[in-house]
Amino acid sequence: MAGKNVKKSFRPSKNLLFFAMVLPGLIWFALLCYLPMFGLVLAFKRFHFYRGGFFESLIHSQWVGLQNFYFLFSSHAAYIITRNTLLYNLAFIVLGTICAIAIAIALSELLNKKLAKVYQTLMFLPYFLSIIVVGYVLLSFLSVDKGSINHALMFFGFQPVNWYSNPGYWPYILVITNLWKNIGYTSIFYLAGVLAINKQFYEAADLDGASKWQQIWHITLPHLKPLIIVLVLVGIGQIFRADFGTFYWLPLNSGALFPTTNVIDTYVFRGLMDSGNVGMTAATGLYQSIMGLVLIVTVNKMIKKFDSENAMF
Amino acid sequence: MPFFKKRKKQPLEISKKTNVVLIIILGIFAFVCLYPIVFLFMISISSENSIVLHGYQFIPSMFSLSAYHYIFKIGSQLLQSYLITITVTVVGTIVSVFITSLYAYAISRDDFKYKKLFVFIALIPMLFNAGLVPCYMVNTQLLGFRNSLLGLIMPLALNSLYIFILRTYFRTTVPKALIEAARIDGAGEFRIFYKIVVPLAMPGIATVALLTAFAYWGDWYNALLYIDIPSLTPIQAMLMQIQNNMQFIVQNASALSGQAATVLKNMPTDTARMAIVILATVPIIFAYPFFQKYFVKGLTIGGVKD
Repeated sequence: MAGKNVKKSFRPSKNLLFFAMVLPGLIWFALLCYLPMFGLVLAFKRFHFYRGGFFESLIHSQWVGLQNFYFLFSSHAAYIITRNTLLYNLAFIVLGTICAIAIAIALSELLNKKLAKVYQTLMFLPYFLSIIVVGYVLLSFLSVDKGSINHALMFFGFQPVNWYSNPGYWPYILVITNLWKNIGYTSIFYLAGVLAINKQFYEAADLDGASKWQQIWHITLPHLKPLIIVLVLVGIGQIFRADFGTFYWLPLNSGALFPTTNVIDTYVFRGLMDSGNVGMTAATGLYQSIMGLVLIVTVNKMIKKFDSENAMF
Repeated sequence: MPFFKKRKKQPLEISKKTNVVLIIILGIFAFVCLYPIVFLFMISISSENSIVLHGYQFIPSMFSLSAYHYIFKIGSQLLQSYLITITVTVVGTIVSVFITSLYAYAISRDDFKYKKLFVFIALIPMLFNAGLVPCYMVNTQLLGFRNSLLGLIMPLALNSLYIFILRTYFRTTVPKALIEAARIDGAGEFRIFYKIVVPLAMPGIATVALLTAFAYWGDWYNALLYIDIPSLTPIQAMLMQIQNNMQFIVQNASALSGQAATVLKNMPTDTARMAIVILATVPIIFAYPFFQKYFVKGLTIGGVKD
């Protein structure tokens, strides 16, 4: 530290210091978030690689207006990936919420509090496994020749099933795996909600002779309602975004499973890595981002209506 | 049944019988959550022969540690990947906490004239992003992320959500009067930040650091996008590679090149693969009970409110 006198005579303004604090973050946002937004012009061009690198190519590529979008939506793929993304996320939200609430209430009612803690710790564990490890877990059950499920099937005299080339099973497999991985995580929020309810409501209901079911129905669930609404709406705001790992790695990127496992995010990734149709792939990403933006803004308006405290902005 | 009558049901408690039913149902689910990871471990200590004969078994018909034996002998790639993951996690977390907390602190101060603008700048990426293709192009063509540690560190270095979590935390844990007092005593803004704000807000900062470190440790997506040389492949991405290419594990062992073929031929592929999965997961499993508490706290720390 320099002497006090020097500092005083050379004291930068407060706002300048605050600006210095946000500067590293500002640079990050500028380079990794805002600069790519200019790249969205790709969605309106027919991209070709020219000599002189990417930016040269970007400038020289021909404008094609909305043609990329036209091709995207006239293809069957647009329907499939949108349907898959929406239905999977809907299933995750609905089933995930119901199961998480049930588990939270059950955990809060257990007479052995220590056991409840142990259970909660165990249920939270899968959330910490990377999706790669979860993929190996699935493989150890579903592998055609070594999987424990096929060996059990053969033991009971059934034909083994070719899980990784039969798309019909995967909606169930992916939904169950997702629930397994995330329920412990979601139930934390609901358990906190349940424990925050004032005990006096239950005491009063108990005096009036209400059964446990009635108490859950008329006290617990109404008290959880704001929390449920907020978490569900946040989920719906993200409904156009699929978890890439779940849909890319759990089915081991198996082409035969695309009809039921291809979602917008995997489609964009494969478009970028394999097909080389940069324009249409960028258009798909833009379509996803715009739908997401519309949904989040709508959802935020709705949250504001129900519970202004939890609105995001 | 005198045992059950000994203790009378308290008014707010469920009956003993319901309790037992709940213990069993929740117990089954808790077991299902633990089972798969134990299953992977059991596979890793099976003998390769018993897998060929009976498939993956929870109690293998024959045990063997040869998978681990092989990995420690030839698995130099495992060490290399561990090194990359640890480097990326440590450096990334430090950089990230540094950027995030400074940004969050500045926009937590009401006397920052441009607060609103910088809140806005951090908020927009939560609502709208350019998507994979433009980001990929900028990151590879302009920022040089391809086959560079930057590609593993930078994409996760800042997260708007954590900025807003920390901003709320600074506001609720650091009394304004304290900052005022320090200012009157002649402390500069940076000095106030690291002498007063950081120590007081340590639990919040630590939680964000934990969430960030966890994200770095489990990251494979950025490696999938930007890394294609083994010496820079982090551990999760290595796990992906060995699923269909067990040779990946010996790629780094140039000294072995002559014998590599024979070693590979004798390697117990299935069990070795699972053993690597276990070795990559063990740190998380053991660290997990310690940081679970902070994790839960972090999730309920506060909203994203302005």
